[in-house]
Amino acid sequence: MILKLDHIYKDYIQGKMVVPVLKDVSLHVEEGEYVAIMGPSGSGKSTLMNIVGCLDRPTSGTYELAGQNVLNQDDKAMAHIRLHNLGFVFQNFQLLPRQSALENVCLPLVYAGVKKKERVARASEALTRVGLEERMYFKPTQLSGGQKQRVAIARAMVNRPKILLADEPTGALDSKSSTQLMELFEQLNREGVTIIMITHAPEIAAYAKRVVDIFDGEISERKGDSDEG
Amino acid sequence: MFENIRLAFQGIWSHKMRSFLTMLGIIIGIAAIIAIVATITGTNEEIKNKLVGSGNNTVNVKLSQGGYDYTIYSGDEIPWGIPAVTQETKDKILELDEVESVTTYSSRYLYDGVYYGTASVSSLMIMGVDTSYFSTCSYRMKSGRGFDQEDYDLYRKVLIIDDVAAKGLFKKENPLGKTVEISGTPFTVIGVVKKQSDFEPEISSIEDYYTYASDSNGLLFIPKASWPIVYSYDEPENVVIRARSTDDMTQAGQKTAKILNATITNSETNIKYRAEDLLGQAQQLQDLSNATNMQLVWIAGISLLVGGIGVMNIMLVSVTERISEIGLKKAIGARKGTILAQFLTEAAVLTSLGGLLGVAAGAGAAQVIHKVSGVAVGVSVPAAVIAVVFSTVIGVVFGFLPSVQAANLDPIEALRRE
Ligand SMILES: Nc1ncnc2c1ncn2[C@@H]1O[C@H](COP(=O)(O)OP(=O)(O)O)[C@@H](O)[C@H]1O
Ligand SMILES: [Mg+2]
Repeated sequence: MILKLDHIYKDYIQGKMVVPVLKDVSLHVEEGEYVAIMGPSGSGKSTLMNIVGCLDRPTSGTYELAGQNVLNQDDKAMAHIRLHNLGFVFQNFQLLPRQSALENVCLPLVYAGVKKKERVARASEALTRVGLEERMYFKPTQLSGGQKQRVAIARAMVNRPKILLADEPTGALDSKSSTQLMELFEQLNREGVTIIMITHAPEIAAYAKRVVDIFDGEISERKGDSDEG
Repeated sequence: MFENIRLAFQGIWSHKMRSFLTMLGIIIGIAAIIAIVATITGTNEEIKNKLVGSGNNTVNVKLSQGGYDYTIYSGDEIPWGIPAVTQETKDKILELDEVESVTTYSSRYLYDGVYYGTASVSSLMIMGVDTSYFSTCSYRMKSGRGFDQEDYDLYRKVLIIDDVAAKGLFKKENPLGKTVEISGTPFTVIGVVKKQSDFEPEISSIEDYYTYASDSNGLLFIPKASWPIVYSYDEPENVVIRARSTDDMTQAGQKTAKILNATITNSETNIKYRAEDLLGQAQQLQDLSNATNMQLVWIAGISLLVGGIGVMNIMLVSVTERISEIGLKKAIGARKGTILAQFLTEAAVLTSLGGLLGVAAGAGAAQVIHKVSGVAVGVSVPAAVIAVVFSTVIGVVFGFLPSVQAANLDPIEALRRE
């Protein structure tokens, strides 16, 4: 089992009030799965994703990633996990505006201490795989939304992580770009990448093999209907 | 690291105007310091050259009494027990490592003056010199000839005068071949000399300037051999040595004075040889000018402080502007240290660049000061290097707080912002 979250609680303190956002969330994901997490706005999807992504720590509960307890790791180790085991894709792409597509994709390799020559080779390869070999030197402002998101995917995958975490990746895309992106996700999944994707669009969730609903901080598994859309 | 520096330059370039304004405080501060230091260095060199005599390295070792030069005036009685300097003593002085050459002379201060026809000039210094005097003391023949061996061997009554005396006695006439009466004895002028380095004591605040003040009405030189014709045998003599290097001057002077003082047998008069320490005087003057200029450096330092605060301010703005960039970088695996290094590098590159521009501006300002006021300037390379290193340090110091703030940003909060 690649992800194993059990009895996760997350409270936010607002003034003097304790606001519970995640309530006894347990989520087990096998290697190679493609999971969609669906739920209305404010239900706690991003909060859960941040915990899965080792960006945040739950108030209580346990979390094992590839058999390793991540909650007792320090910040440095968490950064190391994010760098090598996890890839992130965000709704608003989060590309560095002044850097070319290639430089954006190179960034995680810089942090991993990869030499310049190899960085460029690997980043070009990753961009080629998402179909952007001809736009490697374009700045984000010169790219369409769908292209920007593909740059983001190339960046997420360049360190060859086992898990891809996507928080509403199609939220800012038109339907044609969304479809293309979902085809790319399916391809990555076929190649063995475990994908966890947040969405509130049912037609996007339909691409996943497994759908998990979250409502008001509580999680429920949807059974058997994922292939029908 | 290189990646950080490249990114820093990219950032600075994409905000050209803002970066320049941020650097301005540093540029002005560094430029001011470089210009001030250049002026200090220039002035110090000038003081040293002027006072010590531009590489001439001569040291006067004169008789003194109670801290002042001991001068024999015409008509004075000659004190006993202060013998003329013997060849043996001269050889001893020449054996000193620091000494290159040595010359001795007897002298008189003439109030009553010398005569040429009806013209007379008083308050002159007359010296009985040996053959090495003019070369040791760096005189240049203006016209006529110097003393030769025959002048000494034949006790000729020949006279060399300096340009000041020439002007006083002869106005526009040619002095060569003219006869001048000194204490009733006629001497023939054979040459006119001039001090080689145009020594103009601009700084008259030092009490020791009597040395030059006494030159004012001019100098007369006669061969030492002819001295007893006018005055007497075995009179006390002053000594001039030439040191091997400027830095040897103090040592050479002191050692020579010691050797000479050992020959004095009269302890009643309290007359002693004393080496004038021009190097020490130069040092004093330099210290004085350094002290005033250091205050200017403090003022420039305040400008640097203000510049540093400006850098901190802009860096804080920059962190706020780039919150989501920082959040993203942390999300994809950048460590705290990585972010810290990135921002520190950016601040350091910004201020180092400011420092470089400041050095260039300061060197330019120094040239302008030189052109406008004629003050000597010397831009020193170590000062420039220190200035740039110092501005890098300013970047690191004042960039630290903003960088720590960036490094400690919570990535979730940062990504949440739009
Ligand atoms: N830092 C925070 N402080 C207080 N409340 C927060 C914070 N982050 C999220 N919340 C609250 O937690 C709830 C879930 O947020 P989020 O996980 O972002 O929802 P979703 O992604 O499903 O829209 C929301 O009500 C939100 O207001
Ligand atoms: Mg959300």
